[in-house]
Amino acid sequence: MQSLVTILVFAPLLGAIIAGLFGRRIGNVASQAVTTGLLILACALSWVTFSQWTWGHMEAFTVSLLPFIHVGDFIANWSIRIDALSATMLIVVTTVSALVHIYSWGYMAEDDSKPRFFAYLSLFTFAMLSLVTAADFMQLFFGWEGVGLASYLLIGFWFKKPSASAAAIKAFVVNRVGDFGFALGIMTVYWAFGTINFAELFPMIQAGAARSWQFAGHSWPLVDIACFLLFIGAMGKSAQFFLHTWLPDAMEGPTPVSALIHAATMVTAGVYMLCLLSPMFEYAPVAKNIVTVVGAVTALFAATVGLTQNDIKRVIAYSTCSQLGYMFFAAGVGAYQAAMFHLFTHAFFKALLFLGAGSVIHGMHHEQDMRRYGALAKMLPVTFIAMTIGTIAITGLGFPPLHLGFAGFYSKDTIIEAAFAAGGHNQIAMFAWVIGVLVAGLTSFYSWRLAFFTFNGKARWGHDDHGHDAHAAHGHDDHAHAAHGHDDHAHGAHDDHGHDDHGHGHDHKPHESPWVMLLPLVVLSIGAVAAGFVFTGYFVGHHEAEFWRGAIYNAPTNHVLHEAHNVADWVKWSPLIASLIGLAVAVYVYILKGDERLGLKLAERKGPLYVFFYNKWFFDELYDATFVRAAKFLGDLFWKGGDQKIIDRLGPDGVSAVSYAVGRKTGKAQTGYVYHYAFVMLLGVAGLLTFALYAFR
Amino acid sequence: MTGLLSLTTFAPLVGVALILAARAAKGPGAATDTLAKWIALATTLVTFALALVLTLQFDAKNPGFQFVEDFAWFAGLHYRMGIDGISVLLVLLTAFLLPICIVASWKSVEKRVVEYLIAFLVLETLVIGVFCALDLVLFYLFFEGGLVPMFLIIGIWGGKRRIYAAYKFFLYTLLGSVLMLAAILAMISIAGTSSIPELMTYKFAPWLQTWLWLAFFASFAVKMPMWPVHTWLPDAHVEAPTAGSVILAGILLKMGGYGFMRFSIPMFPNASEMFQPLVFAMSGIAIVYTSLVAFRQTDIKKLIAYSSVAHMGFVTMGIFSGNAAGEQGALFQMISHGVISGALFLCVGVVYDRMHTREIAFYGGLTNRMPHYAFVFLLFTMGNVGLPGTSGFVGEILTMTGVYQASTWTAIVSATGVILSAMYALTLYRRVMYGEIVNPELKTITDLDAREILLFVPLIIMTLVLGIYPNLVFNLTASSVDGLVGAWRAAVGG
Repeated sequence: MQSLVTILVFAPLLGAIIAGLFGRRIGNVASQAVTTGLLILACALSWVTFSQWTWGHMEAFTVSLLPFIHVGDFIANWSIRIDALSATMLIVVTTVSALVHIYSWGYMAEDDSKPRFFAYLSLFTFAMLSLVTAADFMQLFFGWEGVGLASYLLIGFWFKKPSASAAAIKAFVVNRVGDFGFALGIMTVYWAFGTINFAELFPMIQAGAARSWQFAGHSWPLVDIACFLLFIGAMGKSAQFFLHTWLPDAMEGPTPVSALIHAATMVTAGVYMLCLLSPMFEYAPVAKNIVTVVGAVTALFAATVGLTQNDIKRVIAYSTCSQLGYMFFAAGVGAYQAAMFHLFTHAFFKALLFLGAGSVIHGMHHEQDMRRYGALAKMLPVTFIAMTIGTIAITGLGFPPLHLGFAGFYSKDTIIEAAFAAGGHNQIAMFAWVIGVLVAGLTSFYSWRLAFFTFNGKARWGHDDHGHDAHAAHGHDDHAHAAHGHDDHAHGAHDDHGHDDHGHGHDHKPHESPWVMLLPLVVLSIGAVAAGFVFTGYFVGHHEAEFWRGAIYNAPTNHVLHEAHNVADWVKWSPLIASLIGLAVAVYVYILKGDERLGLKLAERKGPLYVFFYNKWFFDELYDATFVRAAKFLGDLFWKGGDQKIIDRLGPDGVSAVSYAVGRKTGKAQTGYVYHYAFVMLLGVAGLLTFALYAFR
Repeated sequence: MTGLLSLTTFAPLVGVALILAARAAKGPGAATDTLAKWIALATTLVTFALALVLTLQFDAKNPGFQFVEDFAWFAGLHYRMGIDGISVLLVLLTAFLLPICIVASWKSVEKRVVEYLIAFLVLETLVIGVFCALDLVLFYLFFEGGLVPMFLIIGIWGGKRRIYAAYKFFLYTLLGSVLMLAAILAMISIAGTSSIPELMTYKFAPWLQTWLWLAFFASFAVKMPMWPVHTWLPDAHVEAPTAGSVILAGILLKMGGYGFMRFSIPMFPNASEMFQPLVFAMSGIAIVYTSLVAFRQTDIKKLIAYSSVAHMGFVTMGIFSGNAAGEQGALFQMISHGVISGALFLCVGVVYDRMHTREIAFYGGLTNRMPHYAFVFLLFTMGNVGLPGTSGFVGEILTMTGVYQASTWTAIVSATGVILSAMYALTLYRRVMYGEIVNPELKTITDLDAREILLFVPLIIMTLVLGIYPNLVFNLTASSVDGLVGAWRAAVGG
C-alpha cells in the first residue's frame, strides 16, 4: 500500500516534468498521452486506496519520504498521510483531474501550446495531492502555495491577454494575503505547542485549550487565535468574503482549469483544512463562530451577485463561492462531516456545470455572454442533458420523506439541518440557517436562470447586427466599473478569437462538442446523480463514525450531526421549498414571460439593488481605492521622498556636492576618481597595519 | 588537512599570475583575452573543487573552528585561518558563484578584459579570506581590501553613471570602515589579542560592548545593507556589470550578515541583546519600505536591488532573534539569496546584453519569443517570492518563526513582506514577459543560447535542491549555530 500511494502522488509530477521539459521534443500527442495516462493511473490507484479504506478495513498510515526542515524542534518531513480525509480528497482530486485532462484533448485542440497546458494541469494535481496528504504544517503549506502557483500559471495561461495576466497576479496576491495569516498561524502553533506535526499536535490541544497568549497588552485565548490565523489562509484559498475577489477574475483561465481548480479541488482546500484541523477548531469556539459568520455571509453575497451576471462562467464562479460558504458554515457549526460531504458531491456537479459551460462556449465559438445564447438545447443535446442534471443536483432537488434525491440534496440539506440543530444553542448558527435556506432559493433561481437563458427561449445568436450591439454594450458596461483593467472581459473574449478559435471559419452555427469532451460530462453526470445517494451513509449517516475513524474530531459536547438527523419535518422541507420557489420564479421570468421581455428588461432598468449586485458589491473598486492606491502612494513616497530627498540629500549627495567642487579645482578627468577612492581605501588598510605593528611590538 | 584552507583562498591568485604571464608572453590582443578567460574559468573551477573538498571534509559535529592554520607572521601579527559551520557554506557559495560570473562575462565585457578578470580573481581571494580569517587584522585586510576590486569593477566596467554609483558605494563604506577600524584598534588594545576565537570568549565590559557594537554595526549595516543606509545598493547594482551585480548581491552583502554572526553576537552579547529592538525595527521597516519602493521601480535592476534589501531584512532580524530557528533561517537565507538574486541579476543581464536597456517599459511579451528564458525567469521570480519548494521559502519562514518568539510584532510586520514581494515580483514578470510583443525592436530577440543555459542550470538545481532538502545546509551548520545561540543565551543569562 505504501508504494502504491507513493506512485499515486508522484505520477502527476512525472507527467508534468515530461510534458513541461520535453513537451516540444516529444510532440503534442505524446505530451497529452503521457500526462493523461499517468493521471488515469493515479485516479485508479486513488480509488483502490479509497475502497481499501471504506470497505477493506485499511488502517490509517503515513509514508515518510524525506526530511524537509529539521531545525531544533522545528521538524517537518515530506510524507504521505493516508486517512479518511485524504482518501476522500484523493478520489475527488484525481477523478476530476483525470476527466479534465481527457476533456482538454478536445477543448484545447486548437491551442498552440498544449504540452505547457497539460504540464500545468499535472503540476497542479501533484501540488494538490501533496497538500491533502501532508502530515505536518510545512508540507500543507507547500501544497497550499504550490496549487497557488499552478493556479497562477493556468489563469494566466493565455498570457497575451492583459486581462488574463492581471487576473493571475490578483489570484496569487490575494492568496498571499491569506497565506500571511496562515504562516502566522503556523508560527503560533509552533511556539505554543512546540510541534507542527499533526499527529503530535492534536492530542495536546485539549490540555492547551485553556491557555492564553499575551500580545499587545491583552490576554488572548491561544487556540482561538491560532485557529483564526489559520482560517485567514482558508479564506484566501477558498475565496471567502473579503478575500473572494480573485475567484471571478480567475475565469480568465481556460474553462477546464476553472472546472478543476476553481470549482472542484483547489478552492475546497480551505474546507479540507478546517476539517483536518477539527481537533483544534473544536476547542476554538470564537474562531468557529467567525467561520460560521464568514461562511454564511459569503454564501449570501456570492448568490446575490450570481443572480445578475451575464457571463456564463462568472455565474458558475459565484455559485462556487456561495457553495463554499455553505461548507464553511457547516464546519463552523461543527458539522465537519457535512462540510466534507458537500465538498465531495459539489466536486462532481460543479465540475459538471463548468465542463458543460465549456462545451457551450466551445460550441458557441468562445462566446461567453449568455445574452447571446438561447435555444441551444437542440443544438447541444448531450450538453443540455448533462447541465440539466448538474442544475438539479446543485439546487438540491429530492424527496425528503423517502430521503431520495440528487447529490446536492443530501449534502446541502444536511448542512442546513445541522445549522438549525446547532442553532438550538447558538444564535450565530441560527443566523447561518436562515441564510442557508434563503440562499437555497437564490441558488435555484440563478442556476435555472443560467440553464433557461442558455438552452431555452429564442436564439439570440447568429444575427450579427444585433449581436454586435449587445456585445458593444456589454463591453461598455463592464468598462464603466472596471477600475482595474482585469475586468474587461468583452475585450478578452475578442482577443481570444485570434488566439484559440476553432478554425471553423465563418460557420457560426453552434455545434455539439466532440466525444472526448462529452465523455467526462457523462461520467460526472453519473456522479451528480448518485454520489449523494451512495455515500450519504458513510459521510454523514449511520456508518459515519466507522468511515471517518477519527480523521474528523468532534468534541464530546458536539452532537450536531446526530441532532441534524432528528430535526422537525418542516426544517427538512424548508430548503426544498425555497429551491422550488427559486425554480418557479426562474420559470416565470425566463420561460413563461419570455427571456427578452422580462429578464432583460429587469436588468436594463438598473435599479439600485441590481447595480449593487451586478457590480459585486463594489469590492474591486473599494480595494483598488484603498490597498492598491495606498501601496502605490507609499511606494512613491518612500522612494522619491524617503530615499531620494531625505536619505540621499543628507547623506552621499550632500557630501558629494563638496567633493565635486574640489574635483573641479583639480580639474582631473572623472574616471580618475575611481583610482583615488581605491587609493584611499588602501591607505586605511595601510594605516591599520601600521597601528597593529605598533600595538604588538 | 592543513593548508587546504589557504590553498582554496589563494588559488585564484595563481590564476592571476598565469593571466599576467600569458599577457607578457603574447602581448595584448583578442587572443590573449580569450586565453585569459579560459585561465580564469579554470582557476575558479579549481577553487570551487577545493571548496567542495573542504565542505565534504568538514566535520559537521564539531561546533568549533576547523582546518585551522596559525603561524606568526611578522612583528607579532598572526596569520590565523579556520572555518566553522557558519563560514563553510559562505566559502562554498563564493567559489560556486565565481565560475558563473566568469562565464556570464564571456561576451559582455569587451574593454580591459585582462584587468577585469584579474579584478574578479583577486576579489575571490579576498572574499574567501573574509570568511576564513580568524584574526582581526587579517579580517580587516580582507574585508576592506575586497571592496577595492568591487569598487573598480563598478567604476571602470560600469554603466553611464558609474562614477556616481562607485562614489556613493565608497562613501558609505568609508563611514562604516572608519568606525569599525576604531573599534578593532580598541579591542586589540584592551584584550591584548587579535585572535578571533580568543576574542569570542573574552568578556568586554557591558558599556564598552555598547560602543564596540555600534561601531561594528555601522560597518555591517552598510554592507547588508540595512535601512536607512541602503541607498548605495540600487545605484551600485544599476551601474555594475552583470557579473559585478551577481557578486555584489550574492556574496558581498553576506559579509555584513557574517560579520554580525562572527563578531557582534559572540563578542558583544549584552549589547546585541540591548540593541535587539533596534535591529528588529530597522529590519521590519526595511522589509515593508523597500518592498513598496521596489513595487514602483521602472528599472529592472533597481527593482531587484530593492528586493534584495527587503530580503536582507529577514536576515538581520533572524540573526538577532536569539533562537536556533531564526539564526539557521538567517544563515540559510544568505545562501539562498546568494543563489536566487545572483540568478535574477543574470536574468536581467540576458535581456540587457541583447537590448542594452533595463527599462521595464521597453519590454513586454518576451514569452512569445523566449520560452526558455520565460521558464528560468519564472523559476527565480518564484524563488524571490519565497514559494515553498524553492530555497527562498525556507529562509523566510524560519527567520519569521524565530522572530515570532522574540517579537511577535516584528514577525507580523515582516510577514507582510510575503504579500508585497508577490506584488512587485509578479508585476515585474508580467510587464516584461506577458502580453503581445509591441516594441518592434523586440520582434527579433533571441532565446537563451547554450552558454546562458549552462549558466542557469547549476543555479536552478541549487534553488530546487535547497528548497526541497534544506537539511543539506542545516546538517552542516547546526552545531556551530547552536553553539552561537547557546553562548549568547548564557552570556545574557537567559
